[in-house]
Amino acid sequence: MQKATIQLETLTCPSCAQKIEGAAKSLNGVEKESVQVLFNSSKVKLNFDDAQLSVSEIEKAITALGYDVKKVQVKTV
Amino acid sequence: MQRLILSKKNHITLLSGILIAIAYFGKVGIDSPVLFQWALIVASAFGLAPIGIQAYQALRVKVVSIDVLVTIAVLGAFLIREFEESAIVTFLFLFGAYLELRTLNRTRSAIKELTEMAPDSALKRAENGAFEQVEIDAVSVGDVLLVKTGAKVPVDGTVQSGEGYINEASITGESMPVGKTADSQVYAGTILENGTLQIVADRVGEDTTFGRIIEMVEEAQDSKSEAERFIDRFSKHYTPAVLLIALVVWAFSRDIELAITILVLGCPGALVIGVPVSNVAGIGNGARHGILLKGSEVIHHFSKVDTIAFDKTGTLTIGNPRVTDTELYTEDPESVFSYLASVERESDHPLAKAVMASVRDTSFFPVANTDVVKGGGIVAQVNSHRVAVGNVALMEQEQVNLNKKAMEDMAAFEQSGNTLVLTAVDGELKVLMGIRDQIRPDIKKHLQKLKLLGVKNLIVLSGDNQGTVDRVAYEIGLTEAHGHMLPEDKSHYIAALQAKGQIVAFVGDGVNDSPSLAQADIGIAMGSGTDVAIETSDVVLMNSDFSRLPHALGLTKATANNMRQNIIIAVGVVIFLLANVFFSEWMNMSIGMLVHEISILVVILNGMRLLRYRLRSQ
Repeated sequence: MQKATIQLETLTCPSCAQKIEGAAKSLNGVEKESVQVLFNSSKVKLNFDDAQLSVSEIEKAITALGYDVKKVQVKTV
Repeated sequence: MQRLILSKKNHITLLSGILIAIAYFGKVGIDSPVLFQWALIVASAFGLAPIGIQAYQALRVKVVSIDVLVTIAVLGAFLIREFEESAIVTFLFLFGAYLELRTLNRTRSAIKELTEMAPDSALKRAENGAFEQVEIDAVSVGDVLLVKTGAKVPVDGTVQSGEGYINEASITGESMPVGKTADSQVYAGTILENGTLQIVADRVGEDTTFGRIIEMVEEAQDSKSEAERFIDRFSKHYTPAVLLIALVVWAFSRDIELAITILVLGCPGALVIGVPVSNVAGIGNGARHGILLKGSEVIHHFSKVDTIAFDKTGTLTIGNPRVTDTELYTEDPESVFSYLASVERESDHPLAKAVMASVRDTSFFPVANTDVVKGGGIVAQVNSHRVAVGNVALMEQEQVNLNKKAMEDMAAFEQSGNTLVLTAVDGELKVLMGIRDQIRPDIKKHLQKLKLLGVKNLIVLSGDNQGTVDRVAYEIGLTEAHGHMLPEDKSHYIAALQAKGQIVAFVGDGVNDSPSLAQADIGIAMGSGTDVAIETSDVVLMNSDFSRLPHALGLTKATANNMRQNIIIAVGVVIFLLANVFFSEWMNMSIGMLVHEISILVVILNGMRLLRYRLRSQ
């Protein structure tokens, strides 16, 4: 299991957070309960299975919503 | 294409504003209905593009967002050829979003300042021995780093060579520079004021003390209380519900205009943003003042606190004992003091240090046959005299005769909260010293402020004897004092208060009081941002400045109030708008959107007031 911390561009509406949460949860390989979208610090934290999913695919899902990804950190947990 | 449109949102907003201005010029200035209509149609189309894209993206992940409501409403307005409304609504929505971004950034600025203090690069020793500048992420444990004057220490580490003075304010809140030489510990985010150091990295990135402080604050600003989670759940169902209501209204009344007006008025805007804004501004204010608040649950609890319990040593007192009273029973104090100093010089007991600090100019004799009596003191041979320094038990053991005068003095010293240190030479009492820990300056004033802020009970819980504790409590105006307490007794006592329904905060140094910090509703660690303190407590006061405590309490009260105000504003606005749809003539989509955007700005600006919060000095 990998833990990703993704820094996004500044989020301005709480519904953006909802959208990103929905997008992240819809990906196969993402541990649904672990998805946390931090509205004020504009970060996404989630755990995912790197056998099923790469971090760049998660990134792609978020950018497809129209949010820029600024920095990604992945740690093994 | 989608990304291009979204990235040009600000330009589109401006363009749509200009087009609307042209439209009104067409209508009023040159009386051209054609220009009026077409300018509005183009403005609506431009404005709708980014909103529609966002709505589409939201629907793809099965979220009915505000964008969806607005898009449907605007399309509806198009359908009934209300171009004026569609243009104005899209413009207001976009312009509002722009202002929200600007003002939100202001409320978040305090915490951003903190995170930006994190070091981003380091001078790392390469294999050839030269130091190269690298990104902070490229530093790992064990690397040797060079820190130059004026630079930030990039990691937590140990000094290998060199010396210098470091300002550790970012960790301890203390701005006096601290000297560092080989084997000293240094901390990430602190600043080397002069000198040069070579350090070995022990902990890097998020594992450093500073990294953990940042992580804690970042999580705190987004943590949610029970009430907020409720609002979140509510808003998830709220927007689809608004959509449904609009559909029902349309199905029954066949009035598209009414239906789309409801869509716009039902936008949840201020409700979802109001509370997070207060939270982030309150926590940001704390961070600026050296107060770390661990999230909005803590804010709510602390704002309602009934009782604050304090540890004594190091919390109410400085934690640095001093000799305050001395009584002599000798004609020749000079030689007695030099015997005393000669014996005490060998000890690193805190009381011995206090004694040494009080006897400065003296000569020393060689000391022989030193015998440390556990729980008593020291006996030694000095200048062929038998010198005993210690407590009453030691004097009895040494069969020192304590006369009536000495007994009275001892009683008086104890009465005023002293710990006694007696010195006997050849079996005769020569000096009696009373040692006391100094109470923090101004503490009475700060405790008074806590009372004015509504704290009912201020209690000291201490391991010291009851006499000392009572005196401290009396001197600084506490309501209760309990001595002879072991750490577990303190946490039991707190649990008992909680069982009576009180909300209890405990203030301690964060090291040996962790059971109480954990037991209390609000654990407040004072002293420094140590790891233990950050883990176990809910509030961390970054340095030993007691004045931060009333500020922290006042701030949490102000923040909790601010959240309440924002909820009232948000709910009030929605009720007001919906009531007016049905009971007034003047309500329409544009006015509804305007009121919404204004209410969002009002809650953000209201939250922003917290950034400037200061406790009024009474």
